[in-house]
Amino acid sequence: MSVSRYHCQLRQGAAERRAETHPLTWRLREDGAVLGLDEYVEKDGYAAVREVLTHQSPDDVVATMKEANVRGRGGAGFSAGMKWSLTMKGPGIPRGYLVCNADEMEPGTFKDRLLLEQQPHLLIEGMILGAYANHSYYGYIFLRGEYVEAARAITRALEEAREAGWLGHDIAGSGFDFDIALHTGAGRYICGEETALINSLEGQRANPRAKPPFPGQSGAWGKPTVVNNVETLCNAPSVMRHGAKWYQALSGELSDDGGTKLYGISGKVERPGLWELPIGIPGRELLERAGGLRDGRALKTWLPGGGSTGFLLPEHLDKPLDFDTIGELGSRLGTGLLTVVNEDQSVLALVRNLEQFFARESCGWCTPCRDGLPWVVKLLQALERGEGRRGDLEMLDKLADDLGPGKTFCAHAPGAAMPLASALRYFRDEFERGVAPPARAAQADPMPVGGA
Amino acid sequence: MNETARRIASDADGFVLEAEDRRAMAHERDHYEQPQAACIEALKIVQRRHGWVPDAAIPAIAEVLGVGPADVEGVATFYSLIFRQPVGRHVILVCDSSSCFLNDYEALRDALSAWLGIGYGQTTADGRFTLLPVCCLGACDRGPALMIDDHTYGPVAPDDVAELLEGYA
Repeated sequence: MSVSRYHCQLRQGAAERRAETHPLTWRLREDGAVLGLDEYVEKDGYAAVREVLTHQSPDDVVATMKEANVRGRGGAGFSAGMKWSLTMKGPGIPRGYLVCNADEMEPGTFKDRLLLEQQPHLLIEGMILGAYANHSYYGYIFLRGEYVEAARAITRALEEAREAGWLGHDIAGSGFDFDIALHTGAGRYICGEETALINSLEGQRANPRAKPPFPGQSGAWGKPTVVNNVETLCNAPSVMRHGAKWYQALSGELSDDGGTKLYGISGKVERPGLWELPIGIPGRELLERAGGLRDGRALKTWLPGGGSTGFLLPEHLDKPLDFDTIGELGSRLGTGLLTVVNEDQSVLALVRNLEQFFARESCGWCTPCRDGLPWVVKLLQALERGEGRRGDLEMLDKLADDLGPGKTFCAHAPGAAMPLASALRYFRDEFERGVAPPARAAQADPMPVGGA
Repeated sequence: MNETARRIASDADGFVLEAEDRRAMAHERDHYEQPQAACIEALKIVQRRHGWVPDAAIPAIAEVLGVGPADVEGVATFYSLIFRQPVGRHVILVCDSSSCFLNDYEALRDALSAWLGIGYGQTTADGRFTLLPVCCLGACDRGPALMIDDHTYGPVAPDDVAELLEGYA
């Protein structure tokens, strides 16, 4: 058949990947098959767990993670060590949960899939370290329902790890108990928001919760709960095995953020894909590795890390792809997987597509998000048809502001506002061209207000 | 009465939770601190057997888990992969997110619609296929992508549609 089944594959071959420079991917098999327990252990797997659980205290782990500056790879970039230091733990406090956020649904993002499908033991090892540091007694891998192959790989890996004594009672003779269950979702992007994820894990509608209390204080079933992204947790074993200084040196001069990152690129490029590279490489390197744009087209704009990040321009391609730098440019690094738009493609149409996504995926809990996003979609659709009215652009400006940080219950609407606000800023002419001449506009229906 | 209508009628009348499914739900319940947490998995268990979740399954699940039917209903109506009306033997989930959009997903969607003779949210009259959009499938390096049942494909060109779908009886 001419259509092939999708299989996630790293663009880097085995020759390029080494233990010293590619902590996330050096063990991956050339054939892309899942790494079983034996092969993982042969390649230094579970060595960090053995070492840490018998020779270090939980606070040592937190301190090392902090020093390494592992920033959350789910998109927010919050220091994992800092998060772990804020978890309530100690005498009189019940041991809680460590939850791996494997609900990868950010538009343009396909990185966690690789780790889940091909190296589940690295994640399990990272979760054991995280659980030890946070005094968690039980872990969940919250996996999106559509990742069927990942579910199979994780289920098998959990069985292997349990049989070998890496999960369960008295792990590696350390006296530490911890086990993990796989929890698969049933759709809805909002489940990736950490408090919505906790509600979903509890078998409720995935509406976000108010913070405070933060999950580290009171999360799943009222117990201290740590939620970390797949890639974040997969960094823990190498950090604990080789130390914070080694990890920091991976990115060296490129960035203050430590380590490597699974970077990727998609859109109309010659060779879209995924690479493990030092954090802080410029976007241009990814574009070059991808062989540039298809059909000799020029780059118009790009999203640095998913649908909830702001557009950047070709002139930003030489900036380091790290959390602070991309933040200073008015966008967010997000997941670090670039989406590129070529000169022939409409930013207005793409923003409409993104806002339709966010409107559909709003949980409906708070008004700006529930009613504001469908309104944005209606305005964008009218502009796309050339039937926009005078004042529509200003209304979109206002909506982008009203959906921004601090005005809604969670980060969903601010995420939706980011591509909208940046597109209005950089590509305003595209929006202006959608405003109908006065004669036609006068005949247009009154603007619909409110929800879809 | 077409195939879909027949299945609605037969499944909604006299819904009985199979003993095996009941046991599977009870087993899931043990993975969590509180039984409500097994709610989504219980809905999926019903869906695996019947293809969808009829209204009459809601109180049955509530009873097994010892939670209120309204709680189960609230969950059942929230999640996009829990189907509340009969679906075809094969469910096609078409990724409509940004990377696929930039790789001409709309042409694929239109080709699917034309071949099947249905739009999003609909099932073919012979009960073979249901067509639905889905959040970014995480296959952006091979877009446009889609899923049929448990398998993800990409890139899928409009011309591939006939050959691909003919493989699903």
